[in-house]
Amino acid sequence: MTARHPLSRLLGLFALCLAMSFGGSAIAKVKITLDDPVIEPLPYAVPDFIAENGDATKLAHDLARVVADDLTGTGLFREVPSSAYISQVSSFDGKIAYSDWQAINTQALITGAVQVSGDKVVVKFRLFDVAAGQPLGDGLQFAGSVRSWRRMAHKVADAAYSRITGEGGYFDSRVIFVSESGPKDARQKRLAVMDYDGANVQYLTDSKSIVLAPRFSPTGDRIIYTSYASGFPRIYVMNAGNLSTKMLDEQPGSMTFAPRFAPDGRTIVFSQEKDGNSDLYTLNVDTGALKQLTDAPSIETAPSFSPDGTQIVFESDRSGAQQIYIMPAGGGEPTRLSSGKGKYGTPVWSPRGDLIAFTKIADGRFYIGVIRPDGSEERLLTASFLDEGPTWAPNGRVIMFTRESEGAGGTATLYSVDVSGRNLHQVPTPGSASDPSWSPLLP
Amino acid sequence: MSVRFAIPVKVLLIVTALALSACRNPDRYGGAGSGPGGSGANGANGAGGVSSSALGDPSNPASVAYFNKSVGDRVHFVVDQSTLTDEARGILNGQAKWLKTNPEYAIIIEGHADEQGTREYNIALGARRAEAVKNYLISQGVAGSHMQTISYGKERPIAVCSDEACYAQNRRAVTVLSVGSGT
Repeated sequence: MTARHPLSRLLGLFALCLAMSFGGSAIAKVKITLDDPVIEPLPYAVPDFIAENGDATKLAHDLARVVADDLTGTGLFREVPSSAYISQVSSFDGKIAYSDWQAINTQALITGAVQVSGDKVVVKFRLFDVAAGQPLGDGLQFAGSVRSWRRMAHKVADAAYSRITGEGGYFDSRVIFVSESGPKDARQKRLAVMDYDGANVQYLTDSKSIVLAPRFSPTGDRIIYTSYASGFPRIYVMNAGNLSTKMLDEQPGSMTFAPRFAPDGRTIVFSQEKDGNSDLYTLNVDTGALKQLTDAPSIETAPSFSPDGTQIVFESDRSGAQQIYIMPAGGGEPTRLSSGKGKYGTPVWSPRGDLIAFTKIADGRFYIGVIRPDGSEERLLTASFLDEGPTWAPNGRVIMFTRESEGAGGTATLYSVDVSGRNLHQVPTPGSASDPSWSPLLP
Repeated sequence: MSVRFAIPVKVLLIVTALALSACRNPDRYGGAGSGPGGSGANGANGAGGVSSSALGDPSNPASVAYFNKSVGDRVHFVVDQSTLTDEARGILNGQAKWLKTNPEYAIIIEGHADEQGTREYNIALGARRAEAVKNYLISQGVAGSHMQTISYGKERPIAVCSDEACYAQNRRAVTVLSVGSGT
């Protein structure tokens, strides 16, 4: 099966994956349950992959390192260093000396092999449940161009993560964001896209116009964002494959902003300003049909569809301050979701549907939090001078957001935190960065 | 001879084109250039220009410089509000009087917010502030057809500290004048 995906085209690569039937299906012993209140990092080993020909020597090491960065970076796994190894993996199809790996307290073992011919790479991997003394799932093989080698490593890590946690992975994904430069009172902004871990940064626009809050379409084939290129904030759609850009048609009013795709990929919900007042509208990009969803003298913005497409969560100051509301996707009476002290904005529905992430402002501090769609179980995950704009990893377990530092020299950076509140860390970007938006998992 | 003339004519055409696009484009913070992606897809109206108006002599009461400094080109707002304070009304009364005496300017009212809010909410809040100023100027007899509003949210602060002293300056609506397209 070949996967030819728009996001893949953005990178100019393709991935091929073949399942190799291997191993039995006895009871697995290696397992992480993400909902556990305390998670002891699971010790694992990922020796350098086997280089199946001379050209593959460097990749054999680099692939294993990216897999390790992915897994260890979650905070859920702890790598057993190669200096502790008793036995070496010298052949991809050889027998695993389970007792040697058990002796150094390794619970999961990842082995791989790589072959390079011209600009083509074939990567194979297997995952072993060391305690159970058996493979965990089938071996997998990925093929692609040399340029796509990091994606193959991410796919290996996604498979291992998925088999051990029982949940979807998120490493083979991209993040679109706003790259920032210049001083605070003359900030330059341009769209950029990178792998989830900060690798392979690509700039999509120049810095001549302010750009804000980009979002991927559900399949990743388009990017929607707000730009001041016309002089006014207006919505633009970019083809993720060839980067061609056009202003969205049928935008009433002089300012339109905060666009997001519906799960159908055809409907866009956004804010339109008319006579100083902002309301929410939907536009069907195929038919041009425009529909006004809210009609209130208050500010209605920052919408987000539920993953089933039936509801929209958004922010409104109709009560006198920014709060979060949910309404039917076609409009109708909204129900207020947030009820705590302070202001609530930028709600984003999790791809799992179980939570809504938001920005909270209280007593001059900013927080990223999550709440159930029924308004229960509000939890704050982060706090700082300025945290805002959460976006969900494709598996709904990790949130990325903007953190801006205080003062005249303040700059924006991207941070990532687990939905449990664990594993807060900065995401590397070449310069300042804001407004991240996570892509779906690449096919 | 024709070769020697060709370059100045071309330059003149480019300058004219830039000047025209600058008049149509309120984004005085943008640089001259094409639209997103540098593709030129939005080139015609995407040439974000620096405002083209001459400031003139600040001691000349009909100059833009006089308007900006002596009349006062901006009003300030309290946190999360777009209501005009008494002080703001006083400044806008002066603006209205000046604008009725000098009707040849196109007017763009920029709304801004401080950094203590989320990005998109601040865009909407800035729009409210700009509209409040526009409506007040109309109520004082300035022609609404000469005025456009735009919001920059928190994207273009003028004061960069993270204290109320700076926030108060950034919660503003600025009346920006440009020549030549007032009708």
